[in-house]
Amino acid sequence: MDDPLVIGDRQYSSRLIMGTGGAANLAVLERALTASGTELTTVSIRRVDTQGGTGVLEVLERLGIDPLPNTAGCRTAGEAVLTARLAREALGTSWVKLEVVADDRTLLPDPVELLEAAATLVDDGFTVLPYTNDDPVLALRLEELGCAAVMPLGSPIGTGLGIRNPHNIELIVKRAGVPVILDAGIGTASDAALAMELGCSGVMLATAVTRATDPEAMASAMRHGVTAGRLAHGAGRVPQRFWAQASSPPR
Amino acid sequence: MNVRVNGTEREVPDGATVTELLAALGVAAKGVAVAVDGQVVVRTEHDTKVVPDDADVEVLTAVQGG
Repeated sequence: MDDPLVIGDRQYSSRLIMGTGGAANLAVLERALTASGTELTTVSIRRVDTQGGTGVLEVLERLGIDPLPNTAGCRTAGEAVLTARLAREALGTSWVKLEVVADDRTLLPDPVELLEAAATLVDDGFTVLPYTNDDPVLALRLEELGCAAVMPLGSPIGTGLGIRNPHNIELIVKRAGVPVILDAGIGTASDAALAMELGCSGVMLATAVTRATDPEAMASAMRHGVTAGRLAHGAGRVPQRFWAQASSPPR
Repeated sequence: MNVRVNGTEREVPDGATVTELLAALGVAAKGVAVAVDGQVVVRTEHDTKVVPDDADVEVLTAVQGG
């Protein structure tokens, strides 16, 4: 595998992690996931509708995509830990995208609850991928607790505002010993490319694709954006200059 | 006996196990997790764990999200 994304004991050739929320229906979702090239995709854990399954796991299974359960909707460490343990039973995976949000209007991570939940789940043998603020100190603390990756937000979930503090993302990347996955706030392909140019190891997104006018086309755009950003990051960009510098010989 | 499943009152036979409860609900065990009174019941104990009278049972599965 050329230039794989390595998280915990797994390797992925795709650096794009997808979410499944917001898609109009499963057929649209399936086409978008296929176009994105993703190999790891989040699902949420909710009460069973006794009318039958939701079908999302069957879609992932058919496409050969690993499910990554999240703890979306949890407000406290206790709720998130219980949800992660239920997800482990339901899906047979000890991987969890840990989300503990503070309130409904911002959906920003609650750092106090997040750290407590992360510590408990790491001790319980989970591979923990925490959704975190774009706070370099908090990211480091999560890594020190034993998280397998850190997932700082670009901007609040679902806003499509892109990366509001690129310098913080760079600070997180420069000090991280685990993969940094830019999560939340991606609006379009250039945002995904920027995340990778800043040195992130991957990008996680859902809304930008599932609620786009053409989800399949946007999924393809995101795939190429991530690839382009990754290549650019490794290619050694030219320094930015104030004055022009001719690229053609003078005569 | 009466239990609450996902917040709804249900009558189930006395001494029903988690497996029997899921069958009574018509829920396939694959991809499903069960908590009884806030405690996760691991899959290997579904056949033996008896649901107590008046229990709060949560039955969960994966849905689109994130």
